[in-house]
Amino acid sequence: MRTIQRRHVLRTIALATTALTVGAVAGFHSEAAAQNRKSVKIGYAISKTGGNAGGAGITTLPNYQLWVKDVNDAGGLEMPDGKKLPLEIVEYDDRSSAEEVVRATERLATQDKVDFMLVPWGTGFNLAVAPLYDRFGYPQLAVSAVTDKAPDFVKRWKNSFWMLGGGHDYAGALAAIVSGAKAAGTVNGKVAMISVADGFGIDLVTAARPAFKEKGIEVVYDKTYPAGTSDFSPMINEAKSSGADAFVAFSYPPETFALTQQAQVASFSPKILYLGVGTGFPIYGKNNGENATGIMSLGGIDPSNTMNADYRKRHEAVTGVAPDYWGSVITYASLQMLQEAIKRKGLDKAAVSAELASGTFQTVLGETKFENNQLRQLWWTGQWQNGQFVGVMPSDRPGASKAVLPRGEWKKK
Amino acid sequence: MFIAALLSGLVLGGTYALVAMGLTLQYGISRIMNLAYGEMIISAAFLAYVLFSNLGINPVAGLVFAVPFGFVLGYLVYGVMMSPLVARARDKASLEIDSILATFGLLFVIQGVMLVLFGANFTSYSYLNDPVTIFGATLATNRVLALVLALVLGGGLYLVLTRTLWGTALRAVAVNPAAAPLVGIDVNRAARLAFALGGALAASGGVVISMYQTFTATSGVVFTMKALIVVIMGGVGNILGALSAGLLLGLVETFVSTYIDPGLTLAATYMIFLAVLLWRPAGLFGRIAR
Repeated sequence: MRTIQRRHVLRTIALATTALTVGAVAGFHSEAAAQNRKSVKIGYAISKTGGNAGGAGITTLPNYQLWVKDVNDAGGLEMPDGKKLPLEIVEYDDRSSAEEVVRATERLATQDKVDFMLVPWGTGFNLAVAPLYDRFGYPQLAVSAVTDKAPDFVKRWKNSFWMLGGGHDYAGALAAIVSGAKAAGTVNGKVAMISVADGFGIDLVTAARPAFKEKGIEVVYDKTYPAGTSDFSPMINEAKSSGADAFVAFSYPPETFALTQQAQVASFSPKILYLGVGTGFPIYGKNNGENATGIMSLGGIDPSNTMNADYRKRHEAVTGVAPDYWGSVITYASLQMLQEAIKRKGLDKAAVSAELASGTFQTVLGETKFENNQLRQLWWTGQWQNGQFVGVMPSDRPGASKAVLPRGEWKKK
Repeated sequence: MFIAALLSGLVLGGTYALVAMGLTLQYGISRIMNLAYGEMIISAAFLAYVLFSNLGINPVAGLVFAVPFGFVLGYLVYGVMMSPLVARARDKASLEIDSILATFGLLFVIQGVMLVLFGANFTSYSYLNDPVTIFGATLATNRVLALVLALVLGGGLYLVLTRTLWGTALRAVAVNPAAAPLVGIDVNRAARLAFALGGALAASGGVVISMYQTFTATSGVVFTMKALIVVIMGGVGNILGALSAGLLLGLVETFVSTYIDPGLTLAATYMIFLAVLLWRPAGLFGRIAR
């Protein structure tokens, strides 16, 4: 179909005699450009400065850079006809502002006229740009977005793909771990829980409350704190005296780091210690060493997956920073899926979206496939074991490690 | 429980006070509302981090490098950027506006340099994260160190400002920059010195904070905000005011967090800020300027 059109176009241009309608001219132009084009334009807006820069700088941006390098080193992005086109990148800094990310995305679509867009970092930002991606017909492979509403969004924005699950998935897995440990007599089934009063914390804690209730687990301390809190000693003291032997914090990275340090100072070693975003950052393992062992959080990896191990090595070698243990590898896999879909369908955005939705892809995760535009092959809970953050839930997924509970006391340095 | 809350509150307040004292000098004596203050703190934090993780110099020893670094940075910033503004300012208000705009630009310059050098990643290391028991309450050594440093620096500066001729000159500039030259005080020199001292204080705060708080190249504004609240509450230019307002904030936050709800700490901070401003518009220790 495509080749026929192209031939037709070429012939028409070569003859250049027929009067054409305006619409046809536009059509021919783009087709001619596709034939003569020297590169594929990829654009993205990402938080390089501001409050989101820390998260985007770990999970998203290094993977974009790694992928661009990988593709260009291999001669470029492969088209269905086997021709390889180098990537041309348009990058904007959204300065961690939702207005700015929308503006930059619109600009990528209307002024830069990029062929494909890579998503921004964060749940809120992905939601903010989703209508634009939809309007301009770009497939949106939303990675760093945790949302329970993905099934609804998929209906509203047909070309959107949601790759990191929702709060219910993570909270449900956590509740299953606690109730399993309670049944085994490891813990008393009382949970102390704190959460940041912001997007991620609210989502997770709202999902966790009913999940714990359903499993018959008593939440004895349940408080929220404002983002940016630096001193957790009052909350740790309360949790310590609450009689709970499981401590859960749906926290952001700076708070996750602070909680880890302050729990050590307070000699607070609950049998289950579950912390939020940041636990899967490489710096977390590096800073805490032995003491990280046994700490749980969202995400994880399959330590026996050699492709993933190879990806982690390359990520560090190329970008100078290690990938995290949650969204990083998914981000890279999303780019591989896009690359493969383009190889199969070319630069037609609608065709690529359709291929993404229905196709099966080989990525660093192994065989990867969307179910109703969502990635479901994810690790809902992970645990630091032997210097790696390994996936423990779902426990029946191939490659799952066994959760080790209770976690030990803090080691004195 | 009460003792634990009291002590953790004081220790948290120590951090706030330490961070705010430099700003109060810069704003109160040099009359520069330095919006890049937080960036100066963060740059010292990065300095401490580099010294510690690359050269193995412990952060307490790192103060030996960081404090002169902050002093020189403050001295240069005032000399290069601020003194032209001061020279052409017609009155206090216009200097304030100019300096806010200029330091707002400086904020992004320093931030940009740090982003290029260190990237946008979260940076943290841990040093002196050991429990120390005081009156039965367990506290982190590095936070206690922040409190001690705040008290020593605050107390020391207070004595210098009130007991020495040099300090008296600085206070004279703070009270009336127009009349100070009449008694032979070089206002420009005094203001530059105070600004540099503020920079040194910011640097010492940055080093201590880096021991226990995660920071990024872009997190300076958080410290500027907190410091600003403390400075306004304590009375602009008043070292003891900054010290006590900082401690007060720490206590309020911890007590609210312990006895009411951790979610209300921010609300409580601004409530007490409002209350102080309503009750004493010039701050706890401030005097209404004529």
